[in-house]
Amino acid sequence: MRHNLALQVGDVGFRVGSAWRAPIAALRALYAGYPEPAIAEFTVRLEPERPLRRWVRPSIAIAGDYTLPEAAPLALAHGLLAAEMGMNLQMALGHRRHLLLHAAALERDGKALLLSGVSGAGKSTLAALLGERGWRFMGDEFALIDLTDGRAHAFPRAVSLKNESVAVMAREAKPDRFGPELRNTPKGTIRHLRPRGDAIARMREPAPPALLLFPRFGETEAVRLLGSAEVFVRLTQASTNYVALGEPGFAALSRLVRGVPARAIDYSDTKSAIALVERLWRELAA
Amino acid sequence: MPSIAATPTYRADPPGSLRMVALEDGLVLLFHRPSATTHVVASPVPELLAALDEGPADATTLLGRLAARHDLDDPDAAALAERLEELAAAGLVARL
Repeated sequence: MRHNLALQVGDVGFRVGSAWRAPIAALRALYAGYPEPAIAEFTVRLEPERPLRRWVRPSIAIAGDYTLPEAAPLALAHGLLAAEMGMNLQMALGHRRHLLLHAAALERDGKALLLSGVSGAGKSTLAALLGERGWRFMGDEFALIDLTDGRAHAFPRAVSLKNESVAVMAREAKPDRFGPELRNTPKGTIRHLRPRGDAIARMREPAPPALLLFPRFGETEAVRLLGSAEVFVRLTQASTNYVALGEPGFAALSRLVRGVPARAIDYSDTKSAIALVERLWRELAA
Repeated sequence: MPSIAATPTYRADPPGSLRMVALEDGLVLLFHRPSATTHVVASPVPELLAALDEGPADATTLLGRLAARHDLDDPDAAALAERLEELAAAGLVARL
């Protein structure tokens, strides 16, 4: 395509091509310091929805190795979001080397904390905050569980901050780490945040999971012990490739739930959430 | 004309068809290799599947096998027949 960028994110190489210059320029700035992959496993293409749409009210269709036929096109102003969604889509539909969990991951003292939750549970914000406060950010979207040894592999894409989280993180990180503010997207206002340098430099270092939390925002603070079977079922639902992997996925997931303590946590503000995570980490993962 | 058995016989899948992982809360994860499906089951399902491994059986025969292996509080062939039907519906045993 006319404009291209190759990016290594954790163990996965991407090539992003675009009919327009702007999305690639935005992606290049946001992902400054990320290495180039030796091999790009996945390709994302940002194409005009129809031929003339490159110029006339430009509208982006996300294409690539894997696509969703019903995906709505995005405005060119949201090209960066389209690229991010395209990369997520390739992972969700195509990745088979690891068990893919829809979870944020952080590392400390060689061990990984996994935060699994539905969209809106606040795991991106929590992960981004922890990533500024002594934890190595491993990803806010996918945790990649090794099928042979169970370790979590990082997938430290830029954090996708939504609505109120944008202001929260603007107080934590320098402006040069933020992408442009994308307003009126299907998910509201979105702004991407490049992880700290250590998260990028150490993106190929996996860590064994030591604590699994299921955060839920907007509730009175509470901690609930989860049985292994409930954790197992929740994680099959949080995995995009559990069914496709077959028995290796079963083996990896059953090992994870048997070996790692899990709690559901409710929290009403991010400050107390951080304190709660730190306490549970001391009690359960140390 | 097909014959209708009063007490149906059930058969387990061949040895090695199931991968079981016991959890600490008493539940058992089952991966059924022929269908690549996952099941979360509780007692007496694992015991029942193990007893069926000896060969096809109806509920009464199976109850005998279970009684030989375990202390049964309340041996009830009718309840066992219901569990077997559930297992057949889940695809974990075959109804002959």
